[in-house]
Amino acid sequence: MDNVIPLGWWGVPLAVLSGAIRAGTPFIFVSLGECLTEKSGRINLGLEGTLVMGAMSAYGISYLTGSPWLGVLVAGASGMVLGALHAWACSRPQVNDIAVGIALMVFGTGLAFYLGKPFVQPQAPGLPAIDFGWWSNHSQVRAALQVNALFFVGLVLAPLMRWALYNTRWGLAVRAAGDSADAAQSLGYRVDRIRLISTVIGGFFAGIGGAFLSLYFPGSWNEGLSSGQGLMAVALVIFARWDPILCFLASLLFGGASAIGPALQSVGITSGYYLFNAAPYVLTLLLMVATSSRRRLMKGTPGELGVGK
Amino acid sequence: MVVFAGKWHAAANAASISAVAIVASMALFGVFLTLSGANPFGVFESIYRGAFGSWFAWQNTLQLAAPLMLTALCTALPARLGMIVIGGEGALIMGGIAAVAAALALPHAPASSVIAAMMLAGMVAGGIWVGLAGALRAYRGVNETISSLLLNYIAIALMNHLVTGPMRDPEMVNRPSSWHIGDANMIRSIPGMDVHWGLVFGLVACVAAFVLMYSTVFGFAARMVGGNVRAARTAGLPVPMLTITACIIGGAAAGLAGMVEVAAVHGRVSSSLVVGYGYTGILVAFIARQNPLAIVPTAALLGGINASSGLIQRTHDLPDATVLVMQGIIFLMILVSEPLFGRFALFQREPV
Repeated sequence: MDNVIPLGWWGVPLAVLSGAIRAGTPFIFVSLGECLTEKSGRINLGLEGTLVMGAMSAYGISYLTGSPWLGVLVAGASGMVLGALHAWACSRPQVNDIAVGIALMVFGTGLAFYLGKPFVQPQAPGLPAIDFGWWSNHSQVRAALQVNALFFVGLVLAPLMRWALYNTRWGLAVRAAGDSADAAQSLGYRVDRIRLISTVIGGFFAGIGGAFLSLYFPGSWNEGLSSGQGLMAVALVIFARWDPILCFLASLLFGGASAIGPALQSVGITSGYYLFNAAPYVLTLLLMVATSSRRRLMKGTPGELGVGK
Repeated sequence: MVVFAGKWHAAANAASISAVAIVASMALFGVFLTLSGANPFGVFESIYRGAFGSWFAWQNTLQLAAPLMLTALCTALPARLGMIVIGGEGALIMGGIAAVAAALALPHAPASSVIAAMMLAGMVAGGIWVGLAGALRAYRGVNETISSLLLNYIAIALMNHLVTGPMRDPEMVNRPSSWHIGDANMIRSIPGMDVHWGLVFGLVACVAAFVLMYSTVFGFAARMVGGNVRAARTAGLPVPMLTITACIIGGAAAGLAGMVEVAAVHGRVSSSLVVGYGYTGILVAFIARQNPLAIVPTAALLGGINASSGLIQRTHDLPDATVLVMQGIIFLMILVSEPLFGRFALFQREPV
């Protein structure tokens, strides 16, 4: 029943849709992690290192134990360690969070490449996908509608995080620490500890985003695995104006944009598509230009964040 | 930060704290190597041999240090005004593209004028690229770190577009590349050395940046903005103009690095330009504590560490990422040693 009639130009929107889901899922996790950290008043540029470290540890653990889900957990745990390192370094006086992030990006990717050298060759068991394309007899359609379970975790996590940020004591504490450290302190909150916990949980999510890269899509471990999704997440969170649900949608947009190039290539357009790769970055920059002001902050911007100043 | 007087005093303070931080990171790195089953002393010896152990190693080190000096200035100069610019990578790429474009636009000109045109084009392109981040910061309040990061990715996409389309040399099948600038237009080696002239560009740029920041009105005003932007505004300083100018000069330095990589090493623009000189430059700037003169030895140190990478791989069977781990540890230690400034009696200044 395999129908091999090519989809032609219909393949392009299909590929973009599947790219939005597949390439977007790591963005969902990294951006939700970054969103939480930024809400507490710190930027963590080191999530790029966390992502790569998560990808490596998930792949290694999955290969060694045969359990990809254990790999996902360990990836999250390694992200927590890097997050704690970031929070500790930033809690020292006069230490800049952006610089620490860049340092941790170098350290995290270096460590991942170092420890991950033995795992470049072997094939580790990957994460299973849920098949939503069973009804179609187009192999392309079926392939496009294979959706990984982690996508649905992200789908639940985004509204959950938004709810928690605005409806729980914890969320209030995080937003207070992010909006004004002095005010939060005078309310009796321990700002450094709130930021520590937010950064550690943020690192956990980013690590899982990395696990998705190595265990599902592209589904292997090598040094060119991440194409800067961890760094992009910082811009993405600004693009999404620090709203977890918008983070989710923006991740789909960024993922879809990255699929436009290969999709056009498959229908015979071989040049020019690289400019589409720049689209998310140009959009983010335009959004920042349009909404920034020297006098006031963008709506939703955590006041303590360097971005708004 | 001491802005007005005692700059040598402050420099000695900064240098010793940086040195302590580097020694501490070496110790940590040694522990890391031991835990992963390697012999730390053997590795350190190889790093020394691969970086500074012979004239050959030195030349290799200096060759790799040249672009780092230039990209480090891209972070260090705006940092004096309190900004964190990480756009060196993008400015380097734009500089490389502009250099190739300049050479291709002048097919019959003599080599010396082509090289001059390439330098100018590279610096202008890099200057505009980072200057854009500075202008957005000055006039719209857009965070310069994020905008310069975005500009890096836009530059990479633009380069990929050009080398697969308008500037593509169809003969380069393995790696999409632009046309070659022509062998006659390549920058030669410094006489008596196997190091290209990019090293001289780097040295001159660092010294000039030092003079600019410490011996001119512009530098004084710029450091005043970095010290207290409100006071600077009250004093009537043109803060937006200073911001943009510092970014343009820094970007021009990184753009020149791109021109050097094209005109002295690759001859064309391709993805081999995107090897992280911009990001290592950030590290160099921070270790040098944003001091243009300190960038020179720091770039040599980092260039040396990079140069020794191959030897470490061969003699100790370690992954090439070993040097990346070491750089990460050094970077972290440098940052967390920041609060140590002014803590030691040795560096306490005499009460006036």
